[in-house]
Amino acid sequence: MFGLGVLKGMLVTFKNFILSYFTKERLTTVQYPEERIPEKERFRNFPFLIYDDKPEDLRCVSCDICAKECPPKCITIVRDKDEQGRPLKRPKVFDIDFTICMNCGICEEVCPFDAIFMDHEFELAEFGRFEDLNYHKEDLLKSAEYFAKIRPSDAARIDAKRREKTAKAQTETQTQNPGTGPTK
Amino acid sequence: MAETIDQTFVLIKHFILNWAQAFLPDWTIVFLSILISVTAIAIFGPVTMMYLTLMERKLVGRIQNRYGPNRVGFWGLLQPIADGVKMLTKEDIVPAGADKFAHFLAPVVIVIPALLIFSVIPFGRGMIAVDLSIGILFFLALSSTTTIWIFVASWGSRNKFSLLGGMRSVAQMISYEIPMVLSIVPVLIVVGSFSTVAIVEAQSGWNWFVFTPWGIVGFLIFFLTGVAEVNRTPFDLPEGESEIVAGFHTEYSGMKFALFYMAEFMNTFSISAIVATAYLGGWQGPWLPSWAWFFIKTYALIFVMMWFRGTFPRLRVDQLMGFAWKFLLPLTLVNLLVAGIWTQFDTPKNYVVTISILGIAIMVLYWANRPEMPKKRTYRYAYADK
Repeated sequence: MFGLGVLKGMLVTFKNFILSYFTKERLTTVQYPEERIPEKERFRNFPFLIYDDKPEDLRCVSCDICAKECPPKCITIVRDKDEQGRPLKRPKVFDIDFTICMNCGICEEVCPFDAIFMDHEFELAEFGRFEDLNYHKEDLLKSAEYFAKIRPSDAARIDAKRREKTAKAQTETQTQNPGTGPTK
Repeated sequence: MAETIDQTFVLIKHFILNWAQAFLPDWTIVFLSILISVTAIAIFGPVTMMYLTLMERKLVGRIQNRYGPNRVGFWGLLQPIADGVKMLTKEDIVPAGADKFAHFLAPVVIVIPALLIFSVIPFGRGMIAVDLSIGILFFLALSSTTTIWIFVASWGSRNKFSLLGGMRSVAQMISYEIPMVLSIVPVLIVVGSFSTVAIVEAQSGWNWFVFTPWGIVGFLIFFLTGVAEVNRTPFDLPEGESEIVAGFHTEYSGMKFALFYMAEFMNTFSISAIVATAYLGGWQGPWLPSWAWFFIKTYALIFVMMWFRGTFPRLRVDQLMGFAWKFLLPLTLVNLLVAGIWTQFDTPKNYVVTISILGIAIMVLYWANRPEMPKKRTYRYAYADK
C-alpha cells in the first residue's frame, strides 16, 4: 500500500536506535585510545635497528645496501672509523627520515645481516616538521626480544637461519678442512 | 509542596521582584519584571539550541549504530561549547561580489523572530513571558518572517547555489504556510481564542485535542507542515547538501553560520512547543509539575523530528509541492468543516459525523493522490528469441 513504506522505514531506524544501546555488536566503532584492535603480525610501519645483547652491538655492519635500495632515499649511513682511520663494521650515523619513508619494507628484505626490520609503532606524532621525525641511531635501536615479541614467527625463522649460519661457521673453523664441509 | 515545585520558576521571579521592591522605585519594577523574562528567554533559547545540536548528533548516531560525540566531557556534554569556541575563532569570509550589508544583516536578524516566538510559549502554569491575546497569530506571523531573512541571505551572497536554496525556501514556505495556518484554525474555532494560555486551559484533564477526530488530523498536518516550516529533513530542500552545496548558507562561515543553525534549532523547539500547546495539552498532565509535562511533550516531538532526519531521504520539489497542495490543503479545509460540525453537535453524534467525513475525505484524497505507475513496456522486436 502506498504510504506504508514511510512507517516501515521509521520502524527500521527506531529498531536500530533502541538496539544500539543493548547489543554491543552493532556498534562497530573502536574507541581508539582506550580500545585497540590487536596488531596483525605482518603489519609494517617504520624500520628499526635490531641489537642482540647490548645496544652497542648492532647487527648492522654499515654495508649501505638498504640506503642504496631505499626508493625515496630516506636512510643516511656514515661508516665509523677507528683512530687510524680504518673503517669499522658499524655505523657512526644511521638516520631514517620518517617524513620521507614510505613504509615499503625493502630495507628489511635486502638486508643480508638481518639488522633492520619494520616496526609496529605508529603513534609518532611530533610538533616539528623536519628534525623531530628524523630518527637517529639511538632512537632506532630496539632489542631482539622486542622483535620476537611483535613478530614471533618472523623472529623464529630468522633466529633459526642465524643459528644455522653460526653453527656452520664454527664447524668450518674447527675442522680446518675446507674440502669436507658442505660445498657449493 | 507539589504546588511549590510546579511554580518554582514563577516564585523565583517573584522573590527577585520582592527583593528589588525594597530599594527600587515602583516604575522600575515593571521594567525589571520584563527584563527577567527576557533574560530567561535569551539564555534559554541559545542553550536549548546548543544542546539540541548535541541531541541530534547523538540520536542520528545511534540510529546509524554509531556513538555520536562522546569525547568532550561526560557523554560529550561539553561538545556544544567546544563547537561554539571553534565557530567563534573561524575566519569570517564575505564573498567579494556579495552585498555586504545584506550578507551581514540576514544571520543577525534571523535569530530575532526565533527568539520572539519563545515569548508566547506557555512553559508551565503561569510561566509565559507575555500572555498575548493574539498569541497564535503572533507565532504564525513571526515564523513566516524567517523566510525573508533566508532569502536576504541567499540574495546577498551572490552565489547561484545560495540563490537556488533561497528560491526553494520561498516556494516551500509559501506552500506550507497555507496548510499550517489552516490546520491550527480548528483549535481556534473550538477554543474561541488566539491566546496560547486559553488553548492550554481548554485542554484540562485528559481533554487533549489530539484525542478528537479533527484533532488527530490537525495535529499530524500541523506537525508535518511545522517540520517543513523549519527546513528539516525530509523537507530540507533549501539547504540540500547533496544538490546545492549548502543552500542559502553556502557563503557563510564561523559565527554567522552558527546563527543560522541557532535560528533553525530554536525554530525546531518553538514549533514543537506550539504543536504540544495546541494539540497535546501543553503543560496539562497528571502527577508531574506542569513545566515537566511541557518539556516531555516538546522533546518527544523534537525526538520525532530527529527520527525523521535519521530515516527519510529528501523529497523532490514536485513531490514536496504536490504533497502540500494536493493532499494537505484539501484535508485541512475538510478538517475546518469538521471542527465546525464538532462544535455544533452533541458528544455521541459529533464523533460519528466527524469520523465519517474525515474517513471519506482521506480515502478520496488517498485515491486522488495515488502514484501513477507507468505501464510496463514490452519490446516486441528487441530480442528475436523472445
